[in-house]
Amino acid sequence: MADEESAANGINNGDEKSGEIMNNSTDLSSSSLSAVAAARKAPEPGSKALGVGLEARGVHAWFGEKHALKNVSLDFWPGTVTALIGPSGCGKSTFIRTLNRMHEFIPTAAMAGEVLLNGEDIYAPGVDVTKIRLKVGMVFQKPNPFPSMTIAENVLAGLKLAQLKVENRDDLLEECLERAGLWKEVKDRLSAHGGSLSGGQQQRLCIARSLAVRPQVLLMDEPCSALDPGSTLKIEETISHLSSSVTVIIVTHNMQQAARVSDYTAFFLSDGGPGEMVEVGPTNEIFSRPKDKRTENYVTGRFG
Amino acid sequence: MSLTQENPVIPAKRALTTKPRFSDKVFRGVVTAGGLSSLVILGLIFLFLLSQGYETIKSQGLYFLTGSDWVATLDAAGKIDPTQSHFGIAAMIIGTLLCASIAVVIGVPISVLSAIFLTFYAPESIKKLMVSIIDLMAAFPSILFGLWGFFVLGPSAEYWARLLHKYLGFIPIFSMPVDFYSRSPFVAGVVLAIMIIPIVTSISREIFAQTPLDRIQAAYALGATRWAMIRNVAFPYARGGIVGGSMLGLGRAMGETVAVYTVLNIIYKINWHVLLGAGGNVASMILLKFGEAGPAEVKALMAAGLALFILTLLVNSLADFIVNRSSKAGR
Amino acid sequence: MSINSSAQVQNPNTANAKPTRPWTASPKDRSISALILLASVAISVLVVAVTPMKGKLAYFAVFFLSLLIIDYTVSRAKAGKQAGVDSLFRALVAMGMAIAVTPILSILYSVWERGHKGLRLALFTTDMHNASPTSPLSQGGILHAIIGTGLLVIFAVIVSVPIGILTALYLTEIKGRFTRPIKFLVQAMSGIPSIVAGLFILAAIVYPFTKSFNGIQGSLALAILMIPTVARTSEEVLQLIPNELREAGVALGGTQWRTVAMVVVPAARSGLITAMILGIARIAGETAPILLLTGGGDGVNTNVFNGSMGSLPFYIFKGFTIGTDESVTRAWAAILVLLVLVIILFTLARYLGNRKVGK
Repeated sequence: MADEESAANGINNGDEKSGEIMNNSTDLSSSSLSAVAAARKAPEPGSKALGVGLEARGVHAWFGEKHALKNVSLDFWPGTVTALIGPSGCGKSTFIRTLNRMHEFIPTAAMAGEVLLNGEDIYAPGVDVTKIRLKVGMVFQKPNPFPSMTIAENVLAGLKLAQLKVENRDDLLEECLERAGLWKEVKDRLSAHGGSLSGGQQQRLCIARSLAVRPQVLLMDEPCSALDPGSTLKIEETISHLSSSVTVIIVTHNMQQAARVSDYTAFFLSDGGPGEMVEVGPTNEIFSRPKDKRTENYVTGRFG
Repeated sequence: MSLTQENPVIPAKRALTTKPRFSDKVFRGVVTAGGLSSLVILGLIFLFLLSQGYETIKSQGLYFLTGSDWVATLDAAGKIDPTQSHFGIAAMIIGTLLCASIAVVIGVPISVLSAIFLTFYAPESIKKLMVSIIDLMAAFPSILFGLWGFFVLGPSAEYWARLLHKYLGFIPIFSMPVDFYSRSPFVAGVVLAIMIIPIVTSISREIFAQTPLDRIQAAYALGATRWAMIRNVAFPYARGGIVGGSMLGLGRAMGETVAVYTVLNIIYKINWHVLLGAGGNVASMILLKFGEAGPAEVKALMAAGLALFILTLLVNSLADFIVNRSSKAGR
Repeated sequence: MSINSSAQVQNPNTANAKPTRPWTASPKDRSISALILLASVAISVLVVAVTPMKGKLAYFAVFFLSLLIIDYTVSRAKAGKQAGVDSLFRALVAMGMAIAVTPILSILYSVWERGHKGLRLALFTTDMHNASPTSPLSQGGILHAIIGTGLLVIFAVIVSVPIGILTALYLTEIKGRFTRPIKFLVQAMSGIPSIVAGLFILAAIVYPFTKSFNGIQGSLALAILMIPTVARTSEEVLQLIPNELREAGVALGGTQWRTVAMVVVPAARSGLITAMILGIARIAGETAPILLLTGGGDGVNTNVFNGSMGSLPFYIFKGFTIGTDESVTRAWAAILVLLVLVIILFTLARYLGNRKVGK
């Protein structure tokens, strides 16, 4: 097991955690990104008890005959924010959907590999998939609050769906809305309709909704791409605050966002065939000293 | 006219005109006439039934709808003697509503469950097969249901009716004044239920299939089981459409003629005991009486037909309105 | 575990993997489901044998009940209350589907079982003018009924298909200000009870003019019932024709009517034929208007304008009303023929409809 890991991952204990200042890279076009990334304070490892973490090992995904994702192995450290970047169509969304077993809703879907949540494979036979989804939540690209429910009902919808009992619903309601950065704006109109909010507010409502079932991991599939810049900024703030209690994995097209928000970044690429993960590392390193030429070309804007 | 003008004038919009060719005018005329034919036909039906049934309605007044007697007495000239004749269709209207209601109570739950199965549970191959079977059932002639209902279902339905009476006989509609179970409104209701299953299933299925995918996925992502998703997302969305579909089924059951005629023992009396073999609906009553009716009495039957026409028109229009409104609302 | 920053992150051991579907039912799950089914069957047989319950209803009721209970208990034990309720609901919807489909199987079986005795080759070549419905089954036939139904249908088609297609054309090509009213009216018309259509023709044509039975007035009543089906299906089909086709026709200088007649309608041809076939299937078995208007003679009558006209529904109805064994068997045989006809029409419509999609 240790062989396999070190051979594959080349475990490197130590460097990546220091918040490095931008070094003298001659490539200046990514410097602004790395400056932004460097400005984020890197989290301390192991200081939060957030479960042992989520790990993908050799994950492949197919849609019928089409091999969409190839051999992705990634570790997600508890309490961190990991951004998945890369051009359209290279499998990022497909990948995160394998992490909460939403991939299998597509009729022709197939997969291979393992996804370990707290050390156990979520695809093992006999696993209750609804329990997995309680621990690994998801926020979608287009905000989708339940229109027939009020704001309060929306936030607590997860409890109703999974029939979870909670001691104090009002406390949970306030806590989730607070964590999502929405409490102040809606606390006086909790019985208003879910659909009466603006786009950015609706998305934060969806975040609050996902938090109510107390997930360990929150997957976000381009959560800001349908929103205006003002809302986007608010959601990025939310993500920063969230990361202290939830592990966040965010797919984004926007490199600046990845630089602003994430601790680690993974770069995905497809050359017409299945998507693969090319490189992963601390965000400021990916943007300032990418190890792979393809990564460098992408983050410097040569393509994509 | 220079580009440095301070306040450029925006020119007025030009009118776009085409002079339609003669052949196109003719085309439009013909097509519009064809399209309006439905209006013409419906209007004519109303007018002709009214003109034939008018005397009856006039002479009977409100009794036509509230009375339960059908007695045609002819005077010396062979015309209907208005003072001696009574034409009241209340019994048959109640029978219509009774049979149709039983059909809806039995048929709609089965249809909705089937629609949910087909939309959310069935694997593709089974779904195709079942949909074909259900659509085929919609094409079966009603006399087939009538004969089958009389010969095949009848004995079994009679047995079920006895069971119902044995265990639930304390409920008024299940009580029995005499021990006569065959050819009851209950049996007719069951046959009608089977006849409306294809329509209601088909409409429900279409509505369920339109449930917005993002809401379904949001529910699953929150850890919902399939049942929890259906209960909290799909069903609230489809509710209006299902009501509309059920009303269409109700309308169909109300107007059914031959199947009810064959299965039900038509007796001209109000009968609330659904397990008792006596009843009728307006359509089958018209058919029954037509055989022996002289031309004068037929006019009264026309009046009954008018009543049925208006009733089914109202129910179907309401149903269409509900279905259209719910599929547009997309809530 | 920590995230490395190496570019070589893929484990070569997992690079070539085969697609799997770990979420589908494993063989173990399948065998458990099969066991549950068998257990329910066993329980139902047992319970019915032991208690005074009898009949098919008893078997099915106990079977369904035990299936629901066992399914719920097993799922609940395995994964908790939510999973239990989920399994319960799944069993419930499957039951609903099964109940919905059972009548049709029973109908098909009954028709065959009761009707095939009356089938013989001569059935299709003789009529009933030398035999009565109570005569032995070796006499008489349904030739007159088949010809009658054929003629009634043909004339109904002649009247209803043009009107139906014109209505559809109005809704899709002209889209004038009557569109909403006409849509509403077509829906309303599809709900007309068949006997009302019969009464209407009686009042409008029979009493003022013909004062006797004939075929054409039956066709007219059938046409009224057929128009909504044809109009609705044609409208759906014409809507599917992409607008680019119409634009191409007009861009070539075609007038509207030429574009419609020479581009749109031919493109929709197989769909329109499907609409017609579905309409025919709808009215082929209609009985009520026939009883009021056509009379149902015993001999072959090819003149639709004069004299009673036999038809399959009338023959069936008569056989049933008379009530003797022979007459009822005749009725079942005729229903068998009618049913086969309807199934053929239905399959034909399906085939044509699907073929169009593949075009």
